[in-house]
Amino acid sequence: MDLDRGRLTRLPRWVAPALAALPVAGLAVFYAWPFATLLGRVLAPSSVTDALHSRGIGRVLWFTLWQAVASTALTMVVGFAPAYVLARYRFAGRRAAMAIATVPFMLPTVVVGAAFLALLPTRWHGTAAAIVVAHVFFNVAVMVRLVGAMWAVLPTDLTAAARTLGASPAQVLRHVVLPLLRPALLAAASVVFIFTFTSFGVVKLLGGAGHPTIEVEIARRATQLGDIDGAAVLSVVQLLLLAAVVWWSSRWQRRATHAFTGGRSTRVARARGERRLVRTVMTATTLAMLAPLVVMVARSFRSSDGWSLTPWRTLGDSEVRPGISLGIDPLGSLCVSAQYAAVATVISVVVGGLAALAIAAARRHGRLLDVGLVLPLGTSAVTIGLGMLITFDTAPFDWRAAWWLPPVGHSLVAIPFVVRSLLPTLRAIHPDQRAAAIGLGAPPLRAWYEVEVRRLGRPLLAAAGFAAAVSLGEFGATTFLTRSGRESLPIAIDRLLGRTGAVPRAQGFALATILFALTAVVIALADRGEAADARRA
Amino acid sequence: MLDVREVSVAFDRRPVLDAVNLTVQSAEVVALLGPSGTGKSTLLRVVAGLLVPDAGSVWLDGIDITEVPPHRRRIGLMFQNEQLFPHLDVAGNIGFGPRMQGFAKAQVATAVEELLALVGLEGFAGRRVANLSGGEAKRVALARALAARPAVLLLDEPLNGLDRELHDRLATDLAAILRATGTTAVLVTHDHDEAATVADRTVVLGADTA
Repeated sequence: MDLDRGRLTRLPRWVAPALAALPVAGLAVFYAWPFATLLGRVLAPSSVTDALHSRGIGRVLWFTLWQAVASTALTMVVGFAPAYVLARYRFAGRRAAMAIATVPFMLPTVVVGAAFLALLPTRWHGTAAAIVVAHVFFNVAVMVRLVGAMWAVLPTDLTAAARTLGASPAQVLRHVVLPLLRPALLAAASVVFIFTFTSFGVVKLLGGAGHPTIEVEIARRATQLGDIDGAAVLSVVQLLLLAAVVWWSSRWQRRATHAFTGGRSTRVARARGERRLVRTVMTATTLAMLAPLVVMVARSFRSSDGWSLTPWRTLGDSEVRPGISLGIDPLGSLCVSAQYAAVATVISVVVGGLAALAIAAARRHGRLLDVGLVLPLGTSAVTIGLGMLITFDTAPFDWRAAWWLPPVGHSLVAIPFVVRSLLPTLRAIHPDQRAAAIGLGAPPLRAWYEVEVRRLGRPLLAAAGFAAAVSLGEFGATTFLTRSGRESLPIAIDRLLGRTGAVPRAQGFALATILFALTAVVIALADRGEAADARRA
Repeated sequence: MLDVREVSVAFDRRPVLDAVNLTVQSAEVVALLGPSGTGKSTLLRVVAGLLVPDAGSVWLDGIDITEVPPHRRRIGLMFQNEQLFPHLDVAGNIGFGPRMQGFAKAQVATAVEELLALVGLEGFAGRRVANLSGGEAKRVALARALAARPAVLLLDEPLNGLDRELHDRLATDLAAILRATGTTAVLVTHDHDEAATVADRTVVLGADTA
């Protein structure tokens, strides 16, 4: 009976392959091919030994590793209290506090870099400490989200039981809470480690020349030294290290997750001590999260002689003084970024939408496409950019100067997010719905269109918002694909903040403010689309 | 002797307990009866120290313990849905209290063996708690609470969710175990038969309390 129904409501055989054609072709040309080219470069043994013996490489590897370890450890410590309070207590302003704690994660890396350049005193610039602090700011959201989600389902009665058995609060933490949160803590640690290990924008802006990570060193070798082989070797080394971390952490995470029964997990703080804890932690978190951004906005109104509107008023002007050009058109970069974002959003939504439908329609074979589309996410943006740079350099594929290459790179980064956000909606549709539509007289293809494709309306809107946010802030791949004269906002911000002189720097902060505002608006719109969709479902 | 004096608790200004008094003699088992919503569980949480009362005080053997944190009160609580620690095995759960109190490994192991025998679960030490049946989980929860050697044991509807036959058998066992160990206990229930089987005395909350 069940088999029979399945046969009658099944889509024609050609539908899934037809849907998958464009995503697969795109993935093959713009991801697999550049990646193969990159590997080809590395397979020449001389380039490997040259690169690994070149001076300073050990220092780069060591710095990348220890700053990632330090950033991860500090994020875990700092993020613990907000994760606890937001997961455990109900209080006025909780939603706002949650947004403030988690939004930085979505911000462009150059905005975070700019914000900490603005906040930290000059003697901190170019130090490892500045990098680590900015990484913590960025990744506290991971703790709040991942560890908080698990903490929120831990029944309060479980810790209460431990207390009545004679465990002090510290003993409860050590013997009950930490062991039970272990899977979430490991997940958070590995996510933060991967992000900080491959950090590019923050390190480039804050670390200066003295503190390159592998990612920054790849970019320096490729774009400044012309040492493409060295860059390629480094990017493969980084990929192997990352793969090892992912493999190791997924092995650990597979162990024991527990199911919990009964008991509420969030409550209103009653005791005076609890109320003070909630207030202190939330005030500190909110201030720490807002301060860098507020100072960044303020600094955009500072010129050498005090408060001034000059940096903003001269944004449309690439001349510093009559006759002396800045070499960058600040306001022009806004237009470039808007174009890139528009194109990347259209590509991501179309390709990601098709891919999601194909994955859902093909069921078992869909897994392969699913995994294939996530790969670019596991590959650092700099590696993607480098691969494209060295692949599309010979006719008839000399696309380095093509205006559409940067947005294609952005799409590679954004499409996995689009697919991830659409798939749950598609998978939640009960197969009987299509059967019902067929029962009402719709042919299978029409039934599929009515039930599944039309269902994607609102989720696609949300996905479009996230794709636009990714494109607006994309810095790693763009570094390789950008052409002078057509800088995007992140590139222009990096260049301006690298200048000496009060006005260009203030302009950099002004542009970072614009990028911050744009991203915040786009994310807020996407978030509302998603929330509205969740209510409707 | 446990003495609850004029305890009041309100949630969002809605009074749940209004100047409640309760006295329990040493080695006495008192059943708290009453329709749901009369604050029976809330009263247990106040006595255990998990909830700070808005007014009133809790005394144990002549000492005011209202401000004493729960882990220093020597008052045990057996929860409605057991709340066994899922990351520990049966022995780990039962030995939790003695371990927190700093007993040596050998002493903890002996205590665990004794309690497993007391609740009729010999040989269960290495079992995972996720694989226990409903009745077995209740027995482990009771053993865990007793292992911490509480001066007073509070039981919050401890036999909820069992079928009738198992419920009655466990109620008899519970009564016997509390007698055998001379435990001072307060049992919250909505089942008159259970109260009659387990307790020496029944107090109805909502009515005038003694």
